[in-house]
Amino acid sequence: MKSRLEKLKETCIGIAGCGGLGSNCAMALARAGVGRLVIADFDTVSRENLERQYFFLDQVGRKKVEALRENIGRSNPGVIVEIHDLRLGPDEIPAIFKDCRVIIEAVDHGDMKRMIIETVSECFPEKFIVAGSGLAGYGGNNALSTRRLGNLFICGDEVSEVSEARPLMAPRVAAVAALQANQVLEIVMDDLAPARADDAWEE
Amino acid sequence: MKICLNNREVSMAGESFSIRELLDLMRFTFPMIVVKVNGRLVRKEEYERVFVGDGDNVDAIHLISGG
Repeated sequence: MKSRLEKLKETCIGIAGCGGLGSNCAMALARAGVGRLVIADFDTVSRENLERQYFFLDQVGRKKVEALRENIGRSNPGVIVEIHDLRLGPDEIPAIFKDCRVIIEAVDHGDMKRMIIETVSECFPEKFIVAGSGLAGYGGNNALSTRRLGNLFICGDEVSEVSEARPLMAPRVAAVAALQANQVLEIVMDDLAPARADDAWEE
Repeated sequence: MKICLNNREVSMAGESFSIRELLDLMRFTFPMIVVKVNGRLVRKEEYERVFVGDGDNVDAIHLISGG
């Protein structure tokens, strides 16, 4: 019988996007002891990213996937990190995430979030997706929650849009990233059963 | 008909509605939304073709930019 931590060590988790959600979520999963991470992003680290993303000043200008792999290795060198430096589309997703038990949706724009959820749901109906929606601003601790719909989990308040008065800020972004990572631990360590496509889901 | 929409029971006058009609009726006008009917994801292109009726379980998730 495998221990719960052994299960974590043998699990591969995919992370689509290495910005505020993805970088913080990856670090939390690495520290918790996930054995393998597949991370994808096309972007480079900018000075502004340091306000809420898990990168450092000397990494500005570098590819996010490479910088994040380095940061993961500095905290837990036992994690195998597979990097994909590209803009994810429906054609790339199946090959990149085929070995992942859970896929974290951690991209920026709503239309990209939908593309990832739709593509993963269609290509891999048995895989879990943990998405983030509604994380801008500050305060509102008790509005943050996780909702399960079949094999899709939504973390966040599902309401907060980015605005001038409520920009993306480090604590709330990291809080939602931690909710996503925490949900992954529950899926893997408690062996949550995936819902079948036609099942009506229940709470 | 009665459906379960986002965990709430909703009564509507009529036998069935397309997803598009349902979203309009419920004033779900967010630009980015994901809809699941009985756990199955419905693509945006199918909103006119997929109908819900009595007893169906519908989830409409607002996907908000920011990540």
